[in-house]
Amino acid sequence: MIDFVVHDEGDSVGVVVVEGVEAGADLTGWIMDQDREIAFRAVSDIPIGHKLAIKPLQAGDTVIKYGVDIGKAVATIALGEHAHVHNIKTKRW
Amino acid sequence: MSIDLSSTSFRGFRRENGRIGVRNHVIILPVDDLSNAACEAVSNNIKGTMALPHPYGRLQFGADLDLHFRTLIGTGTNPNVAAVVVIGIEEGWTRRVVDGIAASGKPVTGYGIEMHGDHETIMRASRTAREYVQWASELVREEAPLSDLWVSTKCGESDTTSGCGANPTVGNAFDKLYRHGATLVFGETTEITGGEHLVADRCRTPEIRERFMFMFNRYQEIVERHKTSDLSESQPTKGNIAGGLTTIEEKALGNIQKIGRECMVDGVLDKAEAPTGSGLWFMDSSSAAAEMVTLCAASGFVVHFFPTGQGNIIGNPILPNIKICANPRTVRTMSEHVDVDVSGLLRREMTPDDAGDALLDMMLRTANGRLTAAEALGHREFVLTRLYESA
Repeated sequence: MIDFVVHDEGDSVGVVVVEGVEAGADLTGWIMDQDREIAFRAVSDIPIGHKLAIKPLQAGDTVIKYGVDIGKAVATIALGEHAHVHNIKTKRW
Repeated sequence: MSIDLSSTSFRGFRRENGRIGVRNHVIILPVDDLSNAACEAVSNNIKGTMALPHPYGRLQFGADLDLHFRTLIGTGTNPNVAAVVVIGIEEGWTRRVVDGIAASGKPVTGYGIEMHGDHETIMRASRTAREYVQWASELVREEAPLSDLWVSTKCGESDTTSGCGANPTVGNAFDKLYRHGATLVFGETTEITGGEHLVADRCRTPEIRERFMFMFNRYQEIVERHKTSDLSESQPTKGNIAGGLTTIEEKALGNIQKIGRECMVDGVLDKAEAPTGSGLWFMDSSSAAAEMVTLCAASGFVVHFFPTGQGNIIGNPILPNIKICANPRTVRTMSEHVDVDVSGLLRREMTPDDAGDALLDMMLRTANGRLTAAEALGHREFVLTRLYESA
């Protein structure tokens, strides 16, 4: 079963596609562009549709999704941690 | 299931100007807010007609007024409309809308309320509406090639599943339609922010690229001029954020999945302008769902692909909106709004090709007459875009 999807293997984040992911859960991910699977352990509760970090990020680092810059980390984000508006911001506007 | 589009046709209503519609509406169109009551009275009197009430049309001027007329005339001209009764408070602007629609050759009559009052106007307009609706009820569908179909897209209440499921489904279908000479449009100018370079790179000529960047930068200036924050409560919206989208760049990249991987941008339109040829067009437009879909209808599009994640429930009075959703929770909790469930994509049970074909199958069924969820539920959001204050 697929728990999260990643657009491209270079991405910093994946998207949880199942409900009820809790901290400590072992998750199976699908990298869509390269069509291969990866495994990660969630370190936070993550709602469906929300992201988990699959690369470690420091404040100021660029966050990559779809192989493209989608903003910057504003806090340290650990592998498997919930990545959203509390630790990522836009570089625009 | 795989669809061979080269031999595919649909059955629609051929209008006086040669365009093909997939619906056969007789609309009662107010020029201004004051005329809504009379239009609604006529549509109540005459079954099978539909009023399109809206809140504008007084004291507008300049480019904003031009857009108002272009939107009303475009709506009346849309091939999903068989005939139009126009009602305005006075004769001058009413005549302008009537003349604009009449250029398409379709039956249209206008009534000004001044010197008559609501009662007499409703009586006169109802007589015409009855003639139109009885005439329209005898029109028959005829076979038309796929190249006669104009398809628009705009997504709403997007979440991260839109970017990996519903929007790539539209992209897959757009790539296939593009190869067969359909006329396609996308827009949502601010919602390309962060991915504008990707759209610019898809423009067919340097002139088209320059026109696209002009439209993109024009909208950025509006945001810069009026913003009081980083827009992080508007773009992405609260619903987007609840669905897991974090930044405008992330939302934009998901949005751009709708134009597939092969389509080139063949032209750029201002709001409510009609394309002059086939291919994929970019239309400068708001990213607010009802505004954008209303502009697509006014530009002459007859079927709309509306992918959603969290569950936008929008419809349009004359343009059928096919809802595509990949979020399994939304599909479960809001199933009455979903026409095409592609949540199997995220479980790896469906390929992008399967999903695109499922959408094309629903597109053909919709074009042939199947009511969309939004039509069956009575969603008729008709929202005119304003550029600035009235005088």
